[in-house]
Amino acid sequence: MDHFIIAGKPYSSRLLVGTGKYKDFDETRRAVEASGAQIVTVAIRRTNLGQDASQPSLLDALPSSQYTYLPNTAGCYSADDAIRTLRLARELLDGHDLVKLEVLGDPKTLYPNVVETLRAAEVLVKDGFKVMVYTSDDPIIAKQLEEIGCVAIMPLASLIGSGMGILNPWNLQIIIDNAKVPVVVDAGVGTASDAAIAMELGCDAVLMNTAIAQARDPILMASAMKLAVEAGRAAYLAGRMPKKIYIASPSSPTSGIIGT
Amino acid sequence: MIELTINGAARQVSMPLNMIQLLEHMQLGGKRVAIERNGEIVPRSQYAQIELAQGDQIEIVVAVGGG
Repeated sequence: MDHFIIAGKPYSSRLLVGTGKYKDFDETRRAVEASGAQIVTVAIRRTNLGQDASQPSLLDALPSSQYTYLPNTAGCYSADDAIRTLRLARELLDGHDLVKLEVLGDPKTLYPNVVETLRAAEVLVKDGFKVMVYTSDDPIIAKQLEEIGCVAIMPLASLIGSGMGILNPWNLQIIIDNAKVPVVVDAGVGTASDAAIAMELGCDAVLMNTAIAQARDPILMASAMKLAVEAGRAAYLAGRMPKKIYIASPSSPTSGIIGT
Repeated sequence: MIELTINGAARQVSMPLNMIQLLEHMQLGGKRVAIERNGEIVPRSQYAQIELAQGDQIEIVVAVGGG
């Protein structure tokens, strides 16, 4: 079965999903199930003090027996904050050390600060984390992050939560061609065709959150995304026909046409 | 009285609770959390041994939905 490997572990689903922006945990669970995702991102935040402790938690809705958690560093603008957050996450999840590193540069665009990202990645890899790193579509930075020892490179398609789709397939292609670790397109996917295009470029997987959570019907969109990732992957493996710019060629025979 | 900060809010406790007692006191007993005390993570295995002190800055975190 087609699968890809992150830090030595195989995954058959090439769709990774976030757990944010849902109406409630029930919708989160149903959407994640419909997506077929095996890896889900979570954020690390202060617990609400004074809240009813018997309230179910996110991890109850998505049991660790079924899902691999990927704690993120959303909201971190410095390497120090990201490192601190992931160390807390590792403690929270009993030593689980597969993590998503993101260090943001500005709150309006949420564009990654790649300099701080490189700094954080060095420290985290040395500290034994298996780092899946969110980054820009700069091929040099992507390679440097790989050389630092990140287990997956996650270049953006476009701005987080924007749904703008794939802005620069050429850069993504360069990153994919040069990478020796999995490439997961992360951020900016808006609809099914975006996910399919990413897979057709040859990336290993796609990570999305808003595209599903903010669809009118998140459950239906989750299954659409599952199909899109599968379709895009199959098209990639099938080897597409070459593009013939402005050169048409009929698919029906040119001989035996009546009336000629 | 011990004055401290928990998740950014000023708090008081009447005695030097250990981490397990603190979680019970905050009605977080049995919940999956991680604790940072003065910038250092408190390993779960040490919850019974580590006690609150005056001026402590405590962060108690959980996993929530996120992308």
